[in-house]
Amino acid sequence: MTQPYTVIIGLEVHVQLQTRTKLFCRCSTKFGAPPNTQTCPLCIGMPGTLPVMNREAFRLGLKTALALNCQIARATKWDRKQYYYPDLPKGYQISQYDLPFSHDGHLEINDPKGRFETKRIGIIRAHLEEDAGKSMHDELAGQADSRIDLNRAGTPLLEIVSQPDMRSALEAKAYLTELKLLLTYLGVSDCNMQEGSLRVDANINLHVDTPEGPVATPIVEVKNMNSFRAVERAMEYEAERHWQVWQETHQRLGAVPKQTRGWDDVANVTRAQRHKEESSDYRYFPDPDLVPVRVSDTELTEAQASLGELPADLRRRLEKTHGIKPYDSDVLVGAGRPLVDYFVELAGICGDGKLASNWVQQDVMRTLNEQKVEIDQFAMRPKQLAELLAAIQAGEIDTSRAREVFIEMVASGKSAGEVMKAQGIVKVDESALTALCQELIEANPKIVADIRAGKLQAASNLIGQAKKKNPNVNPGRFREIVIELVGKM
Amino acid sequence: MSPLRLSAVELLAQLNSGQITSAELTQAYLRQIEKHDPKVKAFLRVDAAKALQRAGEIDSRRKAGKKLGRLAGLPVAIKDLLCTQGETTTCGSRMLENFKPPYDAAVIARLKAADAVLIGKTNMDEFAMGGSTENSAFQKTSNPWDLARTPGGSSGGAAACVAAGMAPLSVGTDTGGSIRQPAGLCGVTGLKPTYGRVSRYGLVAFASSLDQIGPLARSAEDAALLLEVLAGHDPLDSTSVDMAVPTYSESVKQPLANLRLGLVREHFGEGLDGEVDAAVREAVRVYESLGATVKWISLPHGKFGVATYYIIAPCEASSNLARYDGVHYGHRTDEKKLVAALASERTALETAGRRAEADALDNPLVRMYRESRAEGFGPEVKRRIMLGTYALSAGYYDAYYLKALKVRRLIRQDYDAAFAEVDLIAGPVTANTAFKLGEKVDDPLAMYLVDLYTVSANLAGIGGIAFPCGFSSAGLPVGLQLQGPPFAEERLLQATHMFQQATDWHRRYPAMFTE
Repeated sequence: MTQPYTVIIGLEVHVQLQTRTKLFCRCSTKFGAPPNTQTCPLCIGMPGTLPVMNREAFRLGLKTALALNCQIARATKWDRKQYYYPDLPKGYQISQYDLPFSHDGHLEINDPKGRFETKRIGIIRAHLEEDAGKSMHDELAGQADSRIDLNRAGTPLLEIVSQPDMRSALEAKAYLTELKLLLTYLGVSDCNMQEGSLRVDANINLHVDTPEGPVATPIVEVKNMNSFRAVERAMEYEAERHWQVWQETHQRLGAVPKQTRGWDDVANVTRAQRHKEESSDYRYFPDPDLVPVRVSDTELTEAQASLGELPADLRRRLEKTHGIKPYDSDVLVGAGRPLVDYFVELAGICGDGKLASNWVQQDVMRTLNEQKVEIDQFAMRPKQLAELLAAIQAGEIDTSRAREVFIEMVASGKSAGEVMKAQGIVKVDESALTALCQELIEANPKIVADIRAGKLQAASNLIGQAKKKNPNVNPGRFREIVIELVGKM
Repeated sequence: MSPLRLSAVELLAQLNSGQITSAELTQAYLRQIEKHDPKVKAFLRVDAAKALQRAGEIDSRRKAGKKLGRLAGLPVAIKDLLCTQGETTTCGSRMLENFKPPYDAAVIARLKAADAVLIGKTNMDEFAMGGSTENSAFQKTSNPWDLARTPGGSSGGAAACVAAGMAPLSVGTDTGGSIRQPAGLCGVTGLKPTYGRVSRYGLVAFASSLDQIGPLARSAEDAALLLEVLAGHDPLDSTSVDMAVPTYSESVKQPLANLRLGLVREHFGEGLDGEVDAAVREAVRVYESLGATVKWISLPHGKFGVATYYIIAPCEASSNLARYDGVHYGHRTDEKKLVAALASERTALETAGRRAEADALDNPLVRMYRESRAEGFGPEVKRRIMLGTYALSAGYYDAYYLKALKVRRLIRQDYDAAFAEVDLIAGPVTANTAFKLGEKVDDPLAMYLVDLYTVSANLAGIGGIAFPCGFSSAGLPVGLQLQGPPFAEERLLQATHMFQQATDWHRRYPAMFTE
């Protein structure tokens, strides 16, 4: 870092919790239904209706908060956040204001490529609230009506507010990636950004180095970032923009009202969003229709027990038990728990974590990608793949031929043995290998001279010739024999 | 004898024994409504055909020996604040003039399951805000004892229809006294149950932490019968309490031995009308003659009740009424006019070169909110929305709302301390008998003070009952209020029944009744 400033980033993440029904009524939360078909008198805000908390949503929130190492409030309450908007039919959103159900946690982030040091990002709070509906505005403003879809209104959201602990766009992206992975492992959300299951707002400013010490620039809130990549680029853009603005204006934090900017994913810029004339006063107050929520010891214990192995622990276990590198454990764990389970089974059978890891990361994951299937639907189970890896380990087949066999196994559903048999792949025994080697040494005096002169790569030519004569030749072993025989000459 | 002179309990017995049919009974009440409601104006809507059809169905089921509900065939009037599926529910407001909820309130579902005949929807102050029913957007209800006077409010229609013999039973709601005060002024028996005793689901919220549904009837026995149907836990109302419902209609008949009555010193001070004072003291002597002991007590924070109430209730109301914005249902201003008005305002400003003002004009959505609410709500509702919005605003919350919550807790503590010494608290319902229509409409503060003796029970969440204990020299009913600890509805009803066994104030009828 050569810039004379530090970037300060904090993120607010809204996650839709994967409950069957909404937070305060029994309407379905399924995405993609025709507009306003998943509504009831409550979630369209009809008079006289009363909210009843969905305990499952609370349980999922609790689970997430525990996984984020948060403190859990044993008694919490619901508040009304009041504002007028057509997609908010009650005129208020039920949220949590001064007594969130959880607070003061952290999430550890790291970069397997080592671009930043492993660090803890503080979590200020995680609280539950209901989602609003969706407004669909006509592009020609004023020319046609806006439309409201209330299917989403009342869907449970968990808002996770981080400390401003991130120091680069890369860290912000790493935080989001790790958070999403955690949520996926917990099974609390599908984290689908396209469907709005995960939404990110960022707060960013700079601490500029000056002779009088670091000076904070005005904080800007950035919205409308529809992918983690967009967050990363928006943060890079904003940091640079803040620096330009600082150089021009020297405005400090507090000099101007907090600005909200929207990320334009096409133009790769942020744009100031229209200023609200008055700062909004949400007139929060406790919702008298709901009773305080108490968290029992049992509930807490059960939530804790339901966490399972979290990504960070799982990575450490894979590295320790199977001897793979942090980069590899990161890829495997990042691909999801079912893939990790596949890997663990495979590594267990073949006893070589590195080999198993390579095959899972390259061949298996590539095939899943091509077939657009999940590991659970992948026909070749670890036991079958292990048979192929065993052939490699036994020197019956080299890696590149094994890849061909793998492809045939995927295509035909046959076992490694069957495919190898069909392709006539058998181990060439030592005497045959030595005889072939002797034959080629005699036929290629020039190459042998090169090898003797120390140009070991010249052996490749002999390997090529050998494979032409007998495709079953194991190139590694053949090479060893060439060098051995030439050495004896 | 006209069936209208009989109590609901007696009518039920006659229905069950076949002495009278539900159709005949319903017809009798409909005739009474037809005859007197043009003057009293207690009902906003009466669907005679539907009521008779329903009565007929119940009669046939009874004839066929089928099992019937608790109120089988008895007509019940409903305050128009309670949602009735597919039927207009206005809350006394232009805002909901054409609103037909697609669901029944929990109590309506219970009444239907009990085979009651829903006879009509009664008039009320708009969104239950008021103490005279004059804030109804549709009509002014008169007190059957003197048509020039108010029946009280906000459940004015609910009380007046019972007093005028137009319904044997009626359902009201009480947020600061809205059942007890009109019951007192109309000379009927009205009970506000403990908060949580009756489900609020489908009760259009005014102030959610204070609203409670309760029965109005001619006697404690009748009120007990109705409460037995209304009360009970409802999973759709998180604030409803999961407690067994006593058989009020049976227990009401058992007199209370060694009843300890508390009289609140502060309730007998300045401002209490002499005739009311005298009638209440006489009622207390009746209790003494029935074996009760009397003790003077103090509720020191009671004097802050009205002030506290007029912070908390408007705060909740400002939030509860935010949903009436013209977007999804209810009144919406004329859009064509709105767009035209905005366009002409813009043109005028631009022509005058007042560009900045033209740019600052409302966007159509905001103008639609403003106009719809301005047209849909009456002045008292607007006043309370403004009070509540102000009190919840940044910088004022602590001084108003939070402080009010603290006082509310103190008021409850006063009651808890009092009920450690006495079983029930007795006193006036209101300081005066029914006032003249129009007398207080221009003086909101004077109107707010009619809740003086009743609001504290709502703030504390406890139950209270009002019933007639005498008449003024002008022939107007005077009410006695009893308040009890949480979930002491049985005790309130028993004590009232004891009194009604010893007196006949509750069996007096306004002149029109017998015309």
